[in-house]
Amino acid sequence: MVVNSVHWFRKGLRLHDNPALQEALNGADTVRCVYILDPWFAGAANVGINRWRFLLEALDDLDSSLKKLNSRLFVIRGQPTDVFPRLFKDWKVTRLTFEYDPEPYGKERDGAIIKMAQEFGVETIVRNSHTLYNLDRIIEMNNNSPPLTFKRFQTIVSRLELPRRPLLPVTLQQMDKCHIKIADNHDQLYSIPSLEELGFRTEGLPPAVWRGGESEALDRLNKHLDKKVWVANLEHPRVSTCSLYASPTGLSPYLRFGCLSCRVLYYNLRELYMKLRKRCSPPLSLFGQLLWREFFYTAATNNPNFDRMEGNPICVQIPWDQNPEALAKWAEGRTGFPWIDAIMTQLRQEGWIHHLARHAVACFLTRGDLWISWESGMKVFEELLLDADWSVNAGSWMWLSCSAFFQQFFHCYCPVGFGRRTDPSGDYIRRYIPILKDYPNRYIYEPWNAPESVQKAANCVVGVDYPKPMINHAEGSRLNIERMKQVYQQLSHYRGLSLLASVPTIQEEAEPPMTDESQTSSGPDSPPRGPVDSEAAGCSTAPDSSTVCASSTCALYPDLEDTPSSNLSQTPCPSSGSHTQPSAAVTSTSASHPPSTAAPPSPASRPVQSPVSKSEPSSPSSSCLTLSPSLTSATTLAQTFQKRKDLTRKVRRSQRQRGQQS
Amino acid sequence: MKRGRTGLKSSCQAFPSQERAKRQKRGASSFALSPAEDWGNLPHHVVLQIFQHLSLVDRARASSVCRRWNDVFHTPDLWRKFEFELNQPATSYLRSTHPDLIQQIIKKHAQHLQYVSFKVDSCIESAEAACDILSQLVNCTIKTLGLISTARPSFMDVSQAHFVSALTVVFVNSKSLSSIKIDDTPVDDPSLKVLVANNSDTLKLLKMSSCPHVSPAGILCVADQCHGLRELALNYHLLSDELLLALSSEKHVHLEHLRIDVASENPGQTHFHTIKRSSWEALVRHSPKVNIVMYFFLYEEEFEPFFREETPVTHLYFGRAVSKEMLGRIGLNCPRLVELVVCANGLEPLDEELIRIAERCKSLTAIGLGECEVTCSGFVEFVKMCGGRLTQLSIMEEVLIPDSSYNMEQIHSEVSKHLGRMWFPDMMPTW
Repeated sequence: MVVNSVHWFRKGLRLHDNPALQEALNGADTVRCVYILDPWFAGAANVGINRWRFLLEALDDLDSSLKKLNSRLFVIRGQPTDVFPRLFKDWKVTRLTFEYDPEPYGKERDGAIIKMAQEFGVETIVRNSHTLYNLDRIIEMNNNSPPLTFKRFQTIVSRLELPRRPLLPVTLQQMDKCHIKIADNHDQLYSIPSLEELGFRTEGLPPAVWRGGESEALDRLNKHLDKKVWVANLEHPRVSTCSLYASPTGLSPYLRFGCLSCRVLYYNLRELYMKLRKRCSPPLSLFGQLLWREFFYTAATNNPNFDRMEGNPICVQIPWDQNPEALAKWAEGRTGFPWIDAIMTQLRQEGWIHHLARHAVACFLTRGDLWISWESGMKVFEELLLDADWSVNAGSWMWLSCSAFFQQFFHCYCPVGFGRRTDPSGDYIRRYIPILKDYPNRYIYEPWNAPESVQKAANCVVGVDYPKPMINHAEGSRLNIERMKQVYQQLSHYRGLSLLASVPTIQEEAEPPMTDESQTSSGPDSPPRGPVDSEAAGCSTAPDSSTVCASSTCALYPDLEDTPSSNLSQTPCPSSGSHTQPSAAVTSTSASHPPSTAAPPSPASRPVQSPVSKSEPSSPSSSCLTLSPSLTSATTLAQTFQKRKDLTRKVRRSQRQRGQQS
Repeated sequence: MKRGRTGLKSSCQAFPSQERAKRQKRGASSFALSPAEDWGNLPHHVVLQIFQHLSLVDRARASSVCRRWNDVFHTPDLWRKFEFELNQPATSYLRSTHPDLIQQIIKKHAQHLQYVSFKVDSCIESAEAACDILSQLVNCTIKTLGLISTARPSFMDVSQAHFVSALTVVFVNSKSLSSIKIDDTPVDDPSLKVLVANNSDTLKLLKMSSCPHVSPAGILCVADQCHGLRELALNYHLLSDELLLALSSEKHVHLEHLRIDVASENPGQTHFHTIKRSSWEALVRHSPKVNIVMYFFLYEEEFEPFFREETPVTHLYFGRAVSKEMLGRIGLNCPRLVELVVCANGLEPLDEELIRIAERCKSLTAIGLGECEVTCSGFVEFVKMCGGRLTQLSIMEEVLIPDSSYNMEQIHSEVSKHLGRMWFPDMMPTW
């Protein structure tokens, strides 16, 4: 029987470690690599020119690599659901392969395509290679709910076998076996579009700081590893001024588009570490950035509302302000705070900013100063940031705005002091906001405080040549810390004076016993398992198509859509307006859930009140097994708060006892 | 909801007899609900109890089931506590209390309201709407009143006259106010005088941080007259020796909670006065258990007047950079300290300062460090000295500098050991 394969590139824009592509080649008579893109839609989508340029360069690179293998990339204009039926017929396709997309939107789209392929009698093979681990496995290991703290996530990961070993790049030999004749008019039919075709104006466009593509990615990987050796500090590089600039060893955009396999990076780091540290097994912290990415992917994979506050069971409901004018000032770098404006300018011009810079601008927009929803910030990043994965972008914004994942919110980055500590000379600001270049170091982070003579001498008068600060930071942070406290005290039912105790402690962190953690600190491998064994294990478990049943994902979680916005709060108990304790009553009124909002208390928040959950707080996760994912995560939250309540009660009791003793 | 009201009493009285009659009819053998014994016939107190567990929306829905349930819906007990939410679609994602409901409450339930709060968004219309409702609460006996800005404080945008007249309506008419939370509002001295004149016997809590129109004399008048005042929140510029002494007078109950915000706009613009040590001492002598919470939002150079002498502060939050020297002074002069949160400090390690704090602040149970630096050994030493009493320990990962004794992998197990529970530094995503 003839096998005509089509490999569908989406992310995973590479020929190395591409298990789905290998499946396409496996015993096939012909293989065609396609990329589907809708130019009309492209212009309308909220994706900036730098991201498109990066993608087109990556496609270009893929095409030239395929050329070397006597093949080509077929870029097809249209929507996948329209394109595939045509391709299936025209090319007599019998097999369709693509990389597993763990994001809810992708799962839905792929489910439809798999179904369509079935109707055409086309076999679909899906392989997981965008993430290190099988995310469903992590969720399963955590009693069927995604871990909500990074620590818990690390604990789970440390119990997993090592990620599958990366596969070798596709070879000419392999490709020759399934050679297709490239038509003379290939470039007319299937060429990679230009930015102009996508509706972008390119005159005056500066050269790309980050060049897309697998070749560039592999080049950078080598430099990245060299630098690690040279710095000889594999774990915790301290931040300096230099870190703020785009580095020729940066990899994050390449991981985002799959120009670089995360497993290749993982194993290279691992081997480098073992070489330098003489077979010592590497700590999890070595893979920090990779694991954070994995963490957010895991948290998002079953949560279609992961990118919004409403209806998102893990997101704390915070009464953000709507203020388009202030949002625009932030997004366009016109806040009047040079540190914030420089970062936003770098982001817009180059498409990448350092993670501390991300923390700074995200905090400023949300809980720090402007009190604007993280969703707005996430959308701006989605447009401008080269490495903005849907899951990682939304997850990081929730994290930085203290909207999920149980963050302490006391720590608020100062838009003046934080930058100054990182780059005392202010050279970073001078580079991205040239109008401030003649300011003395002393005032470069706060030009409005410079005497008028200094402003004039620097040829930049604040309020004329550069905006005045849009907000009084001291006042803003004072108000915001109170509001965060209000929100969190409502969640934790904590009424005391401690700021730190307002944040509910999460139950799952307390869950793993000491011994498990000591294992974590020794690294992801348990001692008896040598590298050789693990390698073998990695190979045997290799391509894991069983993980994918994308077509059923929509049906699996029908209730996700219907779950009313979980307010994570209880209906006010009327008796709490207590007659005996009037002074507490104001606090409780202010903290209690508004009874007048139309949203009824969600079923998800009910377990807090139910006597069942009260009576068995010790085994929350096992009882979650039968619940739907949305309920499960909400229940985890709810029970966490219950736990906090118990804890508070316990503390109060002990305080009382202590009081009696003294 | 628009159905006519039937007298509550009559339905209560009528019910038991009907119930009895039914029981007689039913006979012993029948377990099925007879047509007469349906949900609509549940005793008033049972429905009330159920209603108390329902949200307002659910109660409103249930009230349209039958006349009897509608009667229960209007039971005064269910209207003691109410939170008005006033938001504009352009400025907030949150919904508002329905205008019809507001009208109904003003008409039918104003006299039942006891615990009232208003949550407004950043829009001036919302704050004005809140004032309009306040001015209509003529016939009521409110005990607690909270005006809460959920975003930028919009009460400050309302004309002072409008705000003050609305607020005084409540002050004058509800003569038993006990708790008032009016942070970030244009309340002024004359309105506080009205408050005192009408509610001096009952007032127990007053929160008025960042009310720029109040003067030290205005708040002093409250402290002088309201001897039951137990909780007070204000800005530092209202704090005076006289105020502390007034709160410590013999007639005054023990103060439980004093919250002081210290903020400045630009460096050097505000001069901060000092409070005499003797005044602090008088306060603590009178109220030995008082919690004194101070939130600082100052530039480093503005800290000069603070903590030069012993200060009985219990909770300290530094929202901005605070100098190493200042933290040193805290170790020396804040023996009652319970919680210390430092958002930022310079790049010099704070080892000595922390160890001194551990040594001298024997009540310290919570500490949070943001952009600071401490060596791992210094930190372990600090934790060892404090031990298990540190119930809250929130340290950003970057704060800890690995040294020859401990690296990052070791520190968590060492600290966990001294705390007697699992501990990790706080992490931020690298992304």
